Amino acid sequence: MKKTNYWKILITGLLKENPVFVLILGTCPTLAMSNSVTSAVGMGLAATAVLICSNAVISLLRKVIPDAVRIPCYIVVIAGFVTLVEMFIHAYLPELYKSLGVFLALITVNCIILGRAEMFAGKNTVGKSILDGIGMGLGFTLALFLMAVVREVLGAGTFAGIEIPFMIDHKIEFLVKAPGGLMVYGLLIAFVNVITKGKAIKKKEFNCAGCPSAGVCNGGCKANEVKEGE
Amino acid sequence: MFKTLIVILLSAVLVNNYVLRQFLGICPFLGVSKKLNQAVGMGVAVTFVMLLATAVTWPIQNFVLNNLNLGYLQTIVFILVIASLVQFVEIFLKKFIPALHKSLGVYLPLITTNCAVLGVTINNIKDGFNFLESMVSALGCGLGFMLAMVLFSGVRSRIDESDIPEHFKGLPATLIAASFVSLAFFGFEGIVENLFK
Repeated sequence: MKKTNYWKILITGLLKENPVFVLILGTCPTLAMSNSVTSAVGMGLAATAVLICSNAVISLLRKVIPDAVRIPCYIVVIAGFVTLVEMFIHAYLPELYKSLGVFLALITVNCIILGRAEMFAGKNTVGKSILDGIGMGLGFTLALFLMAVVREVLGAGTFAGIEIPFMIDHKIEFLVKAPGGLMVYGLLIAFVNVITKGKAIKKKEFNCAGCPSAGVCNGGCKANEVKEGE
Repeated sequence: MFKTLIVILLSAVLVNNYVLRQFLGICPFLGVSKKLNQAVGMGVAVTFVMLLATAVTWPIQNFVLNNLNLGYLQTIVFILVIASLVQFVEIFLKKFIPALHKSLGVYLPLITTNCAVLGVTINNIKDGFNFLESMVSALGCGLGFMLAMVLFSGVRSRIDESDIPEHFKGLPATLIAASFVSLAFFGFEGIVENLFK
């Protein structure tokens, strides 16, 4: 019984609650890094490493951190791991470091990591939190990889830098540029809607549960919306 | 000198627009662009925080971290400074300028984790700007963010009224509309290089 429970946590992050296509978190790096397969996978794995480590540490510290200052504490833990990953990539994978650019440092403010710390790691045991980190991280990598495959194969005619015979002569350059990213993302979400027959669609409204700033703003954005609507 | 500043400003607003070209700050762009007044409020708040964050982080990087050879602490120090700065500004406004807090305050906490703000401060250091150039670049990025938000809130009010296929309702339609707005910004490519020929 216990084993299936753990398995479920892992699969939830990968498919049922895929951070990119269902929870709509971490949109910025998804859009910016999905123009080539190499940088997409690099970004995904870097974020996964940070996510697993920060989830583990935050869930270990969940009884030590006072509730009122938990968001700043989470940010410090996350920023620390981001710096470690950044140094590691800079030292061993300089090519990847160059292509990720400022987005490597920006993993710190990636909604997925802070969101999972807030929603999962702050409330669950270490084992579960690590599994959630692996599931969510791989879900993020998978989503980035899918988008990058669509964009790179159709847009540049290559796959991870290797030329594809027919596609190279018939490339749609629009797709590797900024507008193409937004369009492919929109189309893929619509595709997920078709597959799940709109079941996932309800989760797609921006609500406070999914917002990483929820802890800081206490529904301030929603309160404001209500006020405006009156 | 003056020319350089104009070039930095225009390229930040139009050519390298943070939201539409570099994908920084997409979350508030999609989340808070439903109504025009909200879009303007968020835009003003982001511009304000960007200017303030740059004004604080630039001296920290150049006079403290570089001198002590602690450049690798950049990410941690910057995000902490921005987060505490935003909190401080909110408390300050609440106490001394309640009217401004009422219209701007709700957006401030949301900005702490906005990647555009951290992105501006890091990019300013990376590009090797001096203090004045950094401030102009931050102003440009903020204005560019506001421009994108305001333009898009107009587009968005049209989407809400139109008849779109079931599976495209909500976010997919919004993203595809954002794609066209982004495409429109491609028209500015090369404008800065040729402006002062």
